Amino acid sequence: MDKAAIVGVGQTKYERGKTGSFAELVFEAVTKALADAGMESKDIGNVVTVTNDFWDGRTISCMAVAEASGSYGRDATNVEGDGTLGAFYGLMRALSGVYSNTMVVAHSKISEGSPRAIFNCAFDPVYDRILGLDAISSSALQARAYMKKFGVTEEQCARVSVKNHRNAWNNSYAHVPLDITVKDVMQSPKLAEPIKRLDTSPISDGACAIVIATEEEAKKKKRAKKPIWIKGVAHCADAYRLGERDLSYSNALEAAARKAYQMAGITDPLKQIDVAEVYDAFSYMELMWYEGLGFCGRGQGGKLIESGQTEMGGELPVNPSGGVLSAHPVGVAGLARIAEAVLQLRGEAGKRQVPRARVALAHGINGICGQTHCVWVLSNEEA
Amino acid sequence: MARRTAIVGVGQTYHKSKRKDVNGQELINEAVKRALDDANLSLKDIDAIVIGNMDHFEAINYVDGWSVDGSGAFMKPIMKVTTGGSTGGTLGACGYYHVASGFFDVVMAIGWEKNSESDTQAAISTCADPLVERDFFAGAIGPNAAEYAMYMKDYGATEEDAALVAVRDHNNALNNPHAHLRTKITVEDVLKSPVLCWPIKLLDSCPRSDGACAVIYACEEKAPKIAPKPAWVHATAVSHDYTYFGDFDWESMPTLEAVATRVYKRAGITKPLQEIDVMELYLPFSTNGVIWMEHMWVCGRGDAPKLVRQGVFNMDGELPVNPSGGVLSTNPIGATALIRIGEAALQIMGKAGARQVPDVKTAMATAFGSCYWFEATILRSTKP
Repeated sequence: MDKAAIVGVGQTKYERGKTGSFAELVFEAVTKALADAGMESKDIGNVVTVTNDFWDGRTISCMAVAEASGSYGRDATNVEGDGTLGAFYGLMRALSGVYSNTMVVAHSKISEGSPRAIFNCAFDPVYDRILGLDAISSSALQARAYMKKFGVTEEQCARVSVKNHRNAWNNSYAHVPLDITVKDVMQSPKLAEPIKRLDTSPISDGACAIVIATEEEAKKKKRAKKPIWIKGVAHCADAYRLGERDLSYSNALEAAARKAYQMAGITDPLKQIDVAEVYDAFSYMELMWYEGLGFCGRGQGGKLIESGQTEMGGELPVNPSGGVLSAHPVGVAGLARIAEAVLQLRGEAGKRQVPRARVALAHGINGICGQTHCVWVLSNEEA
Repeated sequence: MARRTAIVGVGQTYHKSKRKDVNGQELINEAVKRALDDANLSLKDIDAIVIGNMDHFEAINYVDGWSVDGSGAFMKPIMKVTTGGSTGGTLGACGYYHVASGFFDVVMAIGWEKNSESDTQAAISTCADPLVERDFFAGAIGPNAAEYAMYMKDYGATEEDAALVAVRDHNNALNNPHAHLRTKITVEDVLKSPVLCWPIKLLDSCPRSDGACAVIYACEEKAPKIAPKPAWVHATAVSHDYTYFGDFDWESMPTLEAVATRVYKRAGITKPLQEIDVMELYLPFSTNGVIWMEHMWVCGRGDAPKLVRQGVFNMDGELPVNPSGGVLSTNPIGATALIRIGEAALQIMGKAGARQVPDVKTAMATAFGSCYWFEATILRSTKP
């Protein structure tokens, strides 16, 4: 791939029940990303918004953020899905040679909606929806399939929650920082066997924006911040119906990671990647994604978290930001992973900084039980 | 730098008001199979897929994931793009940029809609702001009717002028086996049809259709091997208006003017009437087919009725518009604008059958929807 870099990032604080409209959240994130990039609105050639008519509660909801995103008077487009996918399309447009800098912005105001009813609409309208499946109950099936096959324990899953909620204290954008123990997680109310309340992510409102620049644009003038180079990106979808998938292992993630690693020259991810931000909507997911991302072998996710290698200070800290368990603005969460990876590679991650991070991974999921995965590899070194 | 990219395959379903014989995934698969057949490719040749529709018409969330059985995206990259009525244009651009960026060699764009499963105008109404405008925004017809009423007053255009456009598109559809409505009509039929919202009458208006379209894009190295005459993408552009309908300038159509200006500039077009051989335009109402020609710089302000009367945009005119029968004949909303791109490509590829315009070297397709969100694509028989 041709060279491109992320030159600006902006996030709102993530919290439940924000009083501004989602367009106002978009405006805040875009304004912050522009300031971060040392740019003005006129420097943006092209805007990619990320919306979802269900979560937004209006049809063609990209209309509602058009002005706030700054796309009036310039080329714009709209992706419906996780922010990592919106960012990938933004990257494609940046590399097409038509546009200069590309703004990508995602928002979420799910506190206004009914997440369970909305997610239920992802299931087959004839066969599955009537079962009342939602994100929690379907993920519980996946968690059980994974744990049963590989002997991963609820305590091992709980460790992810303990780690990420603790990390969240170091991230002022995070929604739910918590000092909790494995015992606290185990004793929290059961929502859908084996998932307990503290294994789940919160309902968060917020927005995130990034600015992607071509090589020429990234180097053109003295940018406010060090450009963070995009080394590899790939996405892949698994089967739709849960019964048609190997729920215990994500082949789609493995395929996406393999392709992104190939582009980025990563052969030993645990060693070569310095920090990872992954989409842990539920605690068990982080363990499964370790495996799909090749941080450990199949079924070894529980052992990897126990080894402490993914803790702050470990071989490969995962989710120093607190991850999605600590803030889950749907649609935004993957883009926030990219923004966090950028902050790490700039050395601007404050108290959550991983020392001397050179290569970072960001990961997003889309659909039911991580049907689609998108993997990004970033570096602060151009070559 | 961008890679040169061309359209190498087009597939459409047959369209009708209610496709009770298929579910959504099967409808999608019908278009996918036909596009693959058209390009003589198999699913394994497709590196990535983009798909789009309007969520609230079928009420399926995460359509990209749901579509897999029909789209063939199992263990492939797929993403969803959507911008309302213009979704098909958004899809075409997305397929193009997937290839032009260098990430993928062969990419399929799929637009689809099963309008029969929805209450179309009720769903569209929720695009208006819930607090300020939703209560009195009653779907898509009103704004277009107001637009033509103003135009008639300002420039002396008539209801007959719009009817001529309706007659042209409807009768062109007789040459298109894929068209939904295929009935020969006259100006008198249009004028006598029931008024929906004056001055727009039933035969001035698009139908709602069930259908799907798939278009395959390929990189410079592969395109000539797949298609003997690929349709090369020279430019795409997008422009949209404000969030609130009350903020629009209904008379000067700034976003259509902006998109036309931008796409012509990118494709090096200075005299659209002379340089473009055929247009497939997203005209949901016949009235648009009068006014919008001016905002696309095809003629001067107030001159469009004269050109329409002269038959400039008829099949045998200087610039044939909508040989396929256009949106007035077929309107599966998420697919509608992708059909425009597909039809424009077929014209370049010389595969448009009875609706073929002779010797097409440059073709233009447009999309329209939501907040006067316009998209445009210029295709040519020669490489950019």
